Amino acid sequence: MLKRWFPHPFLSLALWIIWLLLNNTLAFGHVLLGAALAMFIPWFTASFWQEKVVIRRPWLLAKFVAVVIYEIMVANVVVAKLILTKQDKLQPGFIQLPLDLTSPIAISLLANTISLTPGTVSCDLSEDQSYLLIHALHVEDMTATINEIKNHFEKPLKEIFN
Amino acid sequence: MLDIVLSVLIVIGAFFTLVGSLGLFKLRDFYMRLHGPTKASTLGVGAILVASALHFSFKTGDLSLHEVLVTLFLFITAPVSAHLMAKAALHIRVRQDKRTLNRSDKD
Repeated sequence: MLKRWFPHPFLSLALWIIWLLLNNTLAFGHVLLGAALAMFIPWFTASFWQEKVVIRRPWLLAKFVAVVIYEIMVANVVVAKLILTKQDKLQPGFIQLPLDLTSPIAISLLANTISLTPGTVSCDLSEDQSYLLIHALHVEDMTATINEIKNHFEKPLKEIFN
Repeated sequence: MLDIVLSVLIVIGAFFTLVGSLGLFKLRDFYMRLHGPTKASTLGVGAILVASALHFSFKTGDLSLHEVLVTLFLFITAPVSAHLMAKAALHIRVRQDKRTLNRSDKD
């Protein structure tokens, strides 16, 4: 029953929360209207969601978000220092990151995370989805950078989605 | 007390936005300049939005959280646009800084 009404529970929940945040209220009318939207929008957009999104460990996702926010703050300071002090000595580079992830959602989340962290922008995904091409503002040690991304971001994503 | 916290947050936000713009202006090639806006849109905007949420929560007495949404939408759209620009630039072979390391240098 619940499954038939909410085929994509995470999408529905996200839509409901976004609706309430948009209106910045918890008034009863909006709670109901939001719930109705959370039910109908996944129906109308069902053809865009061919695979079911499975989040195996939601609490790990929360931890991942916290790690990402922390990394963003650290990287912001590092990159600000680079831009202000070593601007002419920067060593930019393209990095090929071999992917262990297979689910498209996990890959796009990883690419998004990499772009959000200052200092690295994901540029391209190889045809067979086995490599992610990343541009880094300053590379000191390519293998170290790759390992850092793999340990900090890819590993938790793999645990959450695979 | 609240005013001090708010001011500090806004100054932090303004500082990182400034550094981001400076990077956008002064870095050497297109790919490096792409890093400027991704910086400004994370900590820069983030700090200012936290300040906004705090200010309006205390001023009106109600929790004001729709700033969270601005962050959410920025965090979804900024990397996607950066990715598309980088991909397009690679495709039409935009000039790279001559010091840029490529994967072929490593092997």
